[in-house]
Amino acid sequence: MKYLLLLFAVSIAALSFSSFSEKKVVSFQQKSTPMTRGKVIYTQYCLPCHQADGGGVLHLNPPLIKTSYVLGSKVTLVEILTKGLNKGVEIDGDSYTNPMPAQNLTDQQVADVLTFVRNSFGNKASAVSAAEVKAIRAKLK
Amino acid sequence: MNMKYNKLILGFSLLLLGYSCSKAQSNDAHLTLPQGFKATIVANDLGRARHIAVTPEGDMYVKLNRLKDGKGIVYLQDTNHDGIFEKQTSFGDYSGTGIYLKNGYLYASSDNSVYRYKLNAQNQVIHPDQPEKIIEGLINRRQHESKSIVLDNAGYIYVNIGAYSNSCQEKDRQNESMGIPGCPLLDSAGGIWRFNADKLNQTYGDGIRYATGFRNVVGLDWNQQDNSLYVMQHGRDQLTMFPKYYDNEKSAQLPAETMYKVVEGTNGGWPYSYYDQFQHKKILSPEYGGDSEKEYKGKADDPIMAFPAHMAPNGLLFYTGNQFPEKYKNGAFIAFHGSWNRAPLPQEGYYVVFVPFKDGKPTGDWEVFANGFAGVSQVSSSRDAEHRPCGLAQGPDGSLYVSDDSKGTIYKISYQK
Ligand code: HEC
Repeated sequence: MKYLLLLFAVSIAALSFSSFSEKKVVSFQQKSTPMTRGKVIYTQYCLPCHQADGGGVLHLNPPLIKTSYVLGSKVTLVEILTKGLNKGVEIDGDSYTNPMPAQNLTDQQVADVLTFVRNSFGNKASAVSAAEVKAIRAKLK
Repeated sequence: MNMKYNKLILGFSLLLLGYSCSKAQSNDAHLTLPQGFKATIVANDLGRARHIAVTPEGDMYVKLNRLKDGKGIVYLQDTNHDGIFEKQTSFGDYSGTGIYLKNGYLYASSDNSVYRYKLNAQNQVIHPDQPEKIIEGLINRRQHESKSIVLDNAGYIYVNIGAYSNSCQEKDRQNESMGIPGCPLLDSAGGIWRFNADKLNQTYGDGIRYATGFRNVVGLDWNQQDNSLYVMQHGRDQLTMFPKYYDNEKSAQLPAETMYKVVEGTNGGWPYSYYDQFQHKKILSPEYGGDSEKEYKGKADDPIMAFPAHMAPNGLLFYTGNQFPEKYKNGAFIAFHGSWNRAPLPQEGYYVVFVPFKDGKPTGDWEVFANGFAGVSQVSSSRDAEHRPCGLAQGPDGSLYVSDDSKGTIYKISYQK
């Protein structure tokens, strides 16, 4: 009986230890998903203009919430990030007067930040891979 | 009368009571004000209400930045004299920011022209569909496009023409892009132009560049006490594009938003310099070789007052009324639209401040006068703010009006002894 109890205690300890180490692995993995990497890039490069909630600034910088750009063509998105945009998009009847500068980001960074934007702020759209960004950029003049 | 009927009446009157209570309540603006002041909402849902002008009769003209039902100017009247504008009529097929009343005319601007409308004896527009175009062809390249206007007492109109750039970089708002030498856009923008208020179809050649080196001015007013123009400049954004000298927090707090007295030839220093409110001096811009400490030695005037960075001063008004206590007389009210550019710090502004003045000089520091427009205690994203103060006007009884271009609310602030 005593022996059995000990076994029980040991197995519980082992179990909790394994779940503990599993957690550690999970949090390590979290750091390197496209979403978490994308969030870091968003915070550094996009947040100043498009804001923490992706809602933009009335009349100056457009929102990134369910716009036809964000949910639409990856080609257009990669082009906007690579070349910048200064044409005056119209979203829900409002226009925005700031220019968007070209972003000096790697293919991987563009993929991550676009994946983040397309799946944050209430958006739901397919992820963007670095290979896709590379292929699109190769075709941009 | 049976019980059921009685109950129905009771229920109905309770409903009415509730309705009238909520109606009375909804006029209270819930702003934080100094002791003795009260704010009411006098109009709602007007759209993108920018600058405002009040007639001696107490009616109001509101310029809209986006057409509403195809119109860009709203005329508000309080025909039953209950303090609320219940009558609205609209005219003008252009959007814009500027609006001003002077000498029997209503002046209003689009983003590239200035129009005027003759008024009748009650200061009502006689021909809403036939404005006279007095100025045309002003630069509008989307950025800093609004044309704020004010008139002096000598027949001139002053028009802000904002710079279509943040800091005159080779590549606008691009990291480490340097400034264009001799910033050429100053020839046609980035300053205050003066035109004749009575001549039709003027353009650049007909006016003078009255003041230069102003990136973007939205709030401006004519100070009747010293008969001069005063302007509020929107300081540049994104010093963090030069991360060697500015981290995000430094860039969030620099440069100052600034107030200038403007005479012919005044130079605000943009894009070559900006005003650092911590070092109390003009600093050479990083685009032109600055390192956040080198003082700017070129030609530029000092502001007469500096405010925290990025708060976007959109309205300026010198108070000439008799309703407010003595300290407010001839002082300046400034409507700060509120910042978007202060992350990682909380956003600032979204309030109206007061600066005491005498004979054209500030006599004390600025203080927050009316707060609570945002409706939340902290704004981290600009959209958190429910309302954003924009235009200011003084009513014939000495009340102060504030417009909000986010929801189109008009506030009236009055003092009761
Ligand atoms: C300096 C401010 C600024 C920065 C920084 C910035 N943008 Fe923009 N962005 C804008 C403006 C302004 C527009 C609209 C330009 C126009 O109307 O021509 C825009 C447009 C867009 C659009 C298309 C319109 C929409 O709202 O859907 C997307 C998508 C976008 N930006 C994503 C990003 C991402 C992702 C980043 C960061 C990598 C970023 N932007 C950085 C200002 C900025």
